[in-house]
Amino acid sequence: MYRSHVLVCGGTGCTSSNSAAIIEALEAEIKKHGLENEVKVVRTGCFGLCARGPIMVVYPEGSYYSLVKPEDVPEIVEEHLLKGRIVKRLLFEEFTMDDIKSLKETDFYKKQHRVALRNCGVIDPENIDEYIAYDGYAALAKCLSEYTPEQVIDIISESGLRGRGGGGFPTGKKWSFTAAQKSDQKYVVCNADEGDPGAFMDRSVLEGDPHCIIEAMAICGYATGASEGYIYVRAEYPIAVKRLEIAIGQAREYGLLGKNIFDSGFDFDLHIRLGAGAFVCGEETALMTSIEGNRGEPRPRPPYPAVKGLFGKPTTENNVETFANVAQIILNGADWFASMGTERSKGTKVFALGGKIKNTGLVEIPMGTTLREIVEEIGGGIPGGKKFKAAQTGGPSGGCIPASLMDTPIDYDNLTAIGCMMGSGGLIVMDEDDCMVDIAKFFLNFTVDESCGKCTPCRVGTKRLLEMLEKITSGNATLRDLDKLEDLCHYIKANSLCGLGQTAPNPVLATLKFFRNEYEAHVVDKKCPAGVCKALLSYEILEDRCRGCTACARKCPVGAISGNVKEAHTINKSLCVKCGVCMQTCKFGAIVKR
Amino acid sequence: MLKKVSNIPFKGTKEQEEKLKKVIEESKHDKSLLMYVMQQAQDIYGYLPYEVQVMIAEGMDVPLEKVYGVSTFYAQFSLSPKGEVNISVCLGTACYVKGSQKILDKITEILGIGPGECTPDGRFSLEACRCIGACGLAPVMTVNDEVFGKLVPEDVPGILAKYGA
Repeated sequence: MYRSHVLVCGGTGCTSSNSAAIIEALEAEIKKHGLENEVKVVRTGCFGLCARGPIMVVYPEGSYYSLVKPEDVPEIVEEHLLKGRIVKRLLFEEFTMDDIKSLKETDFYKKQHRVALRNCGVIDPENIDEYIAYDGYAALAKCLSEYTPEQVIDIISESGLRGRGGGGFPTGKKWSFTAAQKSDQKYVVCNADEGDPGAFMDRSVLEGDPHCIIEAMAICGYATGASEGYIYVRAEYPIAVKRLEIAIGQAREYGLLGKNIFDSGFDFDLHIRLGAGAFVCGEETALMTSIEGNRGEPRPRPPYPAVKGLFGKPTTENNVETFANVAQIILNGADWFASMGTERSKGTKVFALGGKIKNTGLVEIPMGTTLREIVEEIGGGIPGGKKFKAAQTGGPSGGCIPASLMDTPIDYDNLTAIGCMMGSGGLIVMDEDDCMVDIAKFFLNFTVDESCGKCTPCRVGTKRLLEMLEKITSGNATLRDLDKLEDLCHYIKANSLCGLGQTAPNPVLATLKFFRNEYEAHVVDKKCPAGVCKALLSYEILEDRCRGCTACARKCPVGAISGNVKEAHTINKSLCVKCGVCMQTCKFGAIVKR
Repeated sequence: MLKKVSNIPFKGTKEQEEKLKKVIEESKHDKSLLMYVMQQAQDIYGYLPYEVQVMIAEGMDVPLEKVYGVSTFYAQFSLSPKGEVNISVCLGTACYVKGSQKILDKITEILGIGPGECTPDGRFSLEACRCIGACGLAPVMTVNDEVFGKLVPEDVPGILAKYGA
């Protein structure tokens, strides 16, 4: 027994801000004071509040230290662990007033409900015993000893769980399709190729609770009649890969993977395959082609993977977050899960909150929470007193929610209804300084790069879309181009082979729908209202403010600024490359960007 | 995705070849492990030059055209060597809205190379990457394996100076 546990986040966010050095320093200090048998240091998964990382929580007090540096460690050990005095200066702001407040009462955690992330930031992901202590593998045991495969599928169906990868297809139905097939070999595939830039939910689950995925895949294998599974994970997630490898090794050692699991006669084993940086591989058929060792190009459907999937065999593919809910549904029952969320979207959803928001990080909320609650309450609002403009969901396949629709309860159907989509869970907040045309262009740049090239509407169409957007942001477009833009979007959506192409125009359509005025400003007035699109900007010197100090003229890389000493200067717009150096240089605020 | 193919002469060692042969030997029974072998090869050589692709094709008994096809399809595979100091700027959405393009531009201005390029002396290479998942620290860049977060363009010269730019 230890009298105190120190939990340090070992997720990617905190590791990037040096949490490994903190753990090392902690262990050294604890040893120095002879506390090894009293205090235990645990490297956990993500706590969610990445903006304040590295994060350290000391129990039993529950002191939540944020932005910890290795230099702070001796003080924490000496004051808190040795003398029992909480180091107030390091507490997360909300605690400084009242350090006995529980985590659940803070604004960031209050509205959250952790199901998929329940063990993240709680257990040591590299230790199977901790997972088992938190009911780990109990759901698998229950399935194998009490339920028939059909009953397992019924429970999942009744719970209303839908695919968390973005599409929202009912999970129970998907499993039943594979179960209905007769074959000598079937497969379970976990899609951990989280390619949406700015989304990191799946990574956090894999890093913080890898066993829950292994358990759920085994349950899926039992329900659908598969004896082998593949986890396809991004190579860019080295920590997640390492922890998965450790977890699979431990599960095999404990007989939770392999032959005759729990003496039930059920065999199941897992393999890890690394992706290599192709967004299209998040599409299920492309992912399977990639596991087979090929270029990750999608295949036409039908035949659906449930009939002819990986290596030509019936296959069930689910996303990481979908699997993360499975064991809890089996243990707590379908009704428990169905009691959360909205009419047609049950349970919770994890979002990676990023962009112009104070509390960037990972949040898990019941379906039906409004965007306003996420941004203003959980997210802590927008820094610098700026105005909220839109939230982008679903990454390159999604759309945006403007300020006027902030009170829409977030679930699959509501988002689809407003021309947006749930997506895998990236939620990027944008403020008044972001140009929506530029954002659409950013996503199109991404899809042009990532289009696999197999079908023409996507390969050529997205390229043409991008060119049209470039024409708009450079001030060369006419209003007719806006109509052409919209037509082409619909054409690409209707004719592309796979999900990538079918959703690629979404960022354009959504911004056109909600921010047509911004497009028109670029086209008609040749202005970028947010001041982002370089070609439409010009720098000017305010005559009355300029002191003629010549600082800007000396810094200008192209010699576009002229004027005599102590007289107002001017910028020659035909020479100006709009680098902005003059504006940064001027001490008198005499240079403005219009 | 268009890839830059290097014309720098191949300088593989006997030792590297041994390592690669071992990986191929262990994997050749299962052709679906082609990508795994290529990932290992890139770890060993730092990139996938023509000579290495030929070794893989022969060892795994797949057409060279297929190895080349796979290597050009996935962003992770590089056909040209990286610099001793490899700089990677995240252009994921979270970093982009927080100004990572300006960070990238600043590096290009200082080093004189764009994304996907390497300085002539082989010291620095630059790439634009998609989301390393440290969105809480946006905008971020990595230099070799070190992560720098919450950047403004003014931070760039100091960071590069540490690596001798």
